[in-house]
Amino acid sequence: MGYAKQPDLGTPPSAGATFVTLTIDGRAVTVPEGTSVMRAAAEAGGDIPKLCATDMVKGFGSCRLCLVEVESMRGTPASCTTPVAEGMVVHTQTPRLEKLRRGVMELYISDHPLDCLTCSANNDCELQDAAAEVGLRDVRYGYDGAHHMRQADDTSNPYFAFEPDKCIVCSRCVRACDEVQGTLALTIDGRGFGSKISAGTAADDFLSSECVSCGACVQACPTSALMEKSVIELGKPERSVVTTCAYCGVGCTFRAEMRGEQLVRMVPWKDGKANRGHSCVKGRFAWGYANHKDRITTPMIRDAIDQPWREVGWAEAIDFAAGRLKAIRAEHGARALGGITSSRCTNEETFLVQKLVRGGFGSNNVDTCARVCHSPTGYGLKTTFGTSAGTQDFDSVEHSDVILVIGANPTDAHPVFASRMKRRLRGQDGRPAARLIVIDPRRIDLVRSPHIEAAHHLPLQPGTNVAVLTAMAHVIVTEGLVDETFVRERCEIDAFEDWARFVADERHSPEVLEAVTRVPAADLRAAARLYATGGNAAIYYGLGVTEHSQGSSTVMAIANLAMATGNIGRPGVGVNPLRGQNNVQGACDMGSFPHELSGYRHISDAQTRALFEEDWCVTLDAEPGLRIPNMLDAAVDGTFRAIYIQGEDILQSDPDTRHVAQGLAAMDCVIVHDLFLNETASYAHVFLPGSTFLEKDGTFTNAERRIQPVRRVMDPANGYEDWEVTQLLAQAMGLDWNYAHASEILAEIARLTPTFAGVSWKRLCEVGSLQWPVNEAFPDGAPVMHVDGFVRGKGHFVVTEYVPTDEKTGPRFPLLLTTGRILSQYNVGAQTRRTANTAWHPEDLLEMHPSDAENRGLKDGDWARLASRKGETTLRVKVTERVAPGVVYTTFHHPETQANVVTTEFSDWATNCPEYKVTAVQVMPSNGPTDWQEDYAGFAERSRRIDHLHEAAE
Amino acid sequence: MSARDRLVYMANQIARNFEAIGHDAAARATADHIAQFWDPRMRAAIAGDETDLSDTAARAFAILRETGEPAPQTRATVFNAADGGGRSDAG
Repeated sequence: MGYAKQPDLGTPPSAGATFVTLTIDGRAVTVPEGTSVMRAAAEAGGDIPKLCATDMVKGFGSCRLCLVEVESMRGTPASCTTPVAEGMVVHTQTPRLEKLRRGVMELYISDHPLDCLTCSANNDCELQDAAAEVGLRDVRYGYDGAHHMRQADDTSNPYFAFEPDKCIVCSRCVRACDEVQGTLALTIDGRGFGSKISAGTAADDFLSSECVSCGACVQACPTSALMEKSVIELGKPERSVVTTCAYCGVGCTFRAEMRGEQLVRMVPWKDGKANRGHSCVKGRFAWGYANHKDRITTPMIRDAIDQPWREVGWAEAIDFAAGRLKAIRAEHGARALGGITSSRCTNEETFLVQKLVRGGFGSNNVDTCARVCHSPTGYGLKTTFGTSAGTQDFDSVEHSDVILVIGANPTDAHPVFASRMKRRLRGQDGRPAARLIVIDPRRIDLVRSPHIEAAHHLPLQPGTNVAVLTAMAHVIVTEGLVDETFVRERCEIDAFEDWARFVADERHSPEVLEAVTRVPAADLRAAARLYATGGNAAIYYGLGVTEHSQGSSTVMAIANLAMATGNIGRPGVGVNPLRGQNNVQGACDMGSFPHELSGYRHISDAQTRALFEEDWCVTLDAEPGLRIPNMLDAAVDGTFRAIYIQGEDILQSDPDTRHVAQGLAAMDCVIVHDLFLNETASYAHVFLPGSTFLEKDGTFTNAERRIQPVRRVMDPANGYEDWEVTQLLAQAMGLDWNYAHASEILAEIARLTPTFAGVSWKRLCEVGSLQWPVNEAFPDGAPVMHVDGFVRGKGHFVVTEYVPTDEKTGPRFPLLLTTGRILSQYNVGAQTRRTANTAWHPEDLLEMHPSDAENRGLKDGDWARLASRKGETTLRVKVTERVAPGVVYTTFHHPETQANVVTTEFSDWATNCPEYKVTAVQVMPSNGPTDWQEDYAGFAERSRRIDHLHEAAE
Repeated sequence: MSARDRLVYMANQIARNFEAIGHDAAARATADHIAQFWDPRMRAAIAGDETDLSDTAARAFAILRETGEPAPQTRATVFNAADGGGRSDAG
């Protein structure tokens, strides 16, 4: 098919509702009002030369190349900034225009190096194209421009280079940073001929600037001034394949641009409905882990975890694993076996792992990492609305007037969606900006960033979410701000009245609860009034809501607020969980929880079981199985003895590391299926090499319920896609599975899952994506849910009493630790730590307020010991006012730190989602690693020894 | 915390979070919750020895003993029927 860039229509599409017809070069064109003449010409199949215009940013009119003649208009207006009008007659190619354009090109080329043949943008350069289009033959001013030649390159960013002598100062990069990303890191320094692009720092390099390396500027650059280093190294791609990113729950789609089996670059796909052509530093650039030297591609086994690994062939590894599983089942029963599905893997792979556990192992002990992130969302939203999935699509944010962000840090954890949110918060297209309420113990970047300032930031004490939300409800009910019509028509009235009575009680007033929440009552009242009366109000939340002992209650409290104010069932409103992993939604949809089959049908329901039993030719256990924390408890107890873990590192990601280690060590057979020897693999007996998202076909489902295809662009380095490995294990366990392609698994999912009834691989490849439910009622999917009624019928208000966590501060542990993520790293860092993203975040840091630091004699960069009742670790301190006094914060990306050594076993009351966000700690100066860190480092090194095949033969 | 202590803690925590809806309703909801989400060995570890359980949690286990397990379609946690769609408790 050859390589071509995606078409660039010059200016963004217009949202205009009325259409106008004009004539361009004798052809009639009909386009929405507000469209530029340039875009209309492009849609008509013409091509007006341009340099400063690209359809990701607004028309700017600076390059003067896109001039046109319009009958009955004077002069030669720029087509990128001239809107269409009814009956307009436009000429894009006339002798007068040709002369003007050639003159402009002469000026550009007089100050541009002519090393085209050795330039990284050769044959992929808009300046080159424009010179050809205008027929440039000579430059009267010479070729030794005085302004932009012979400048030093900026190669500080690990992924792209800035060559200022190739820059034509079209400002597309500056405007992309502004309009698309919203960081405003770049600027134009100087004036006139002396204008230069600058990253705005004293050093004036990209790495030390505020640049977040999203890649929007590189994508926007028409020349090689901003170019991916991979293209400089490898050359121009020769083909491209559209696929879906495997990092966060936003689910950006990319064009994987290839040379043979070599990935050259990932470029965001403009037709992607989740990202609309934007990207972040992870998806755009951090894919080098796929070829990292640490990647394991040969299966390995060992009898005991104190032995070195032995490399073996696939057949031997699979036989060894199946043999052990069968022996354990024979001795201890099927309920001693279980598995963990991965939210990093495809729907098809996840579905097969739970099918193997239920149908092959014979137990329902299957769980997924959603247990430790959004399981309270599941419980909470299902109880109130009848379905837990996010109620909106991402486009919805463009219709919001008030945005409430609680327990989420979108600019770090969901950066591409955050850029869209920021666009709305800055105001666009003449509409006033949406107003922002942030409820978070930390002053996250959104609270104050360029052109954005939160109307209210409520810096609550960690662990008091329910109290804050109940106090907001108190204000809404007692001040008469309830949307009574909505509540009467759409909700159960008795439950509403119980709830309203409960929250109206004086003990739930902001003034009384201030002692607990530490949020000034007046601020809280003002925020509640704004949410209830500010127009379309949308709530976005993350793990700061769910990872608490009252995570499920907080989710229900959020749902209560949305129902009470009528903010459900149309664009611009809703309750939106921001999902952590790329396929958390999908993993849950696929029946990864121990109590339910795909499509959220309880395992105890005989009819549902019968459907699967008939299709799979097996008998299913009717009882719910163990969740991850219960599995570990049962392992210590001796009743759970074998586990198959696909693509998850529970030792690093789950709380109370010592307890996880104890549970894993107690098992007779731990099978880890992963890309790397992760921390969990230190306790494994079988290691099955995994494949990356670039090496497999399948589907991911993002936070909007959007099912998108993942495509194989290169052969798996380990030889098999992950579902094939699961199939090998299933066959060795005696199951007659014969899938030849992921699409056959998707067909089975659609056959057995009512909400996926209309989904097929063929259809997804045709339409790009579908938002479930896709069935008879919603043949093309459902962007917004609960439009005419809730999934459960009537919305259900739930009384949410504030029950403080049992994790308390005291004289020995006076500070509260809360944990989170940073932009450049991802989760346990298994992938991002193996890329150049470490340039931004080489280690976990402990954020601490200046007064707390001073009390302990700690300065920025000092080593500190972080101790809780559970354990201790050391890391360096970053002194910052982003955290309130009494609160400290860190990330959990690095195994050397092992932040989860200190987190506790407390968990959400309804779902056992761990309470990562509240740990009572003490911090004191330290001069080195703790005993645990030293012991663990030694153990991890020993447990990763490998006897390679050729050595074993000697 | 021993395995049994942890289960007792969990049962009490569930009960405590339901208590705002009244003792009887909370006991029923707790019983329902435990039937829906607890593996049989977890239920068995507590059943028969209800010391250390709160009043509501103890009553929940009594309900489970007396009436057997509630049907899957209950107020606190409604799941899809075999041919149903739309509901979800995605994590």
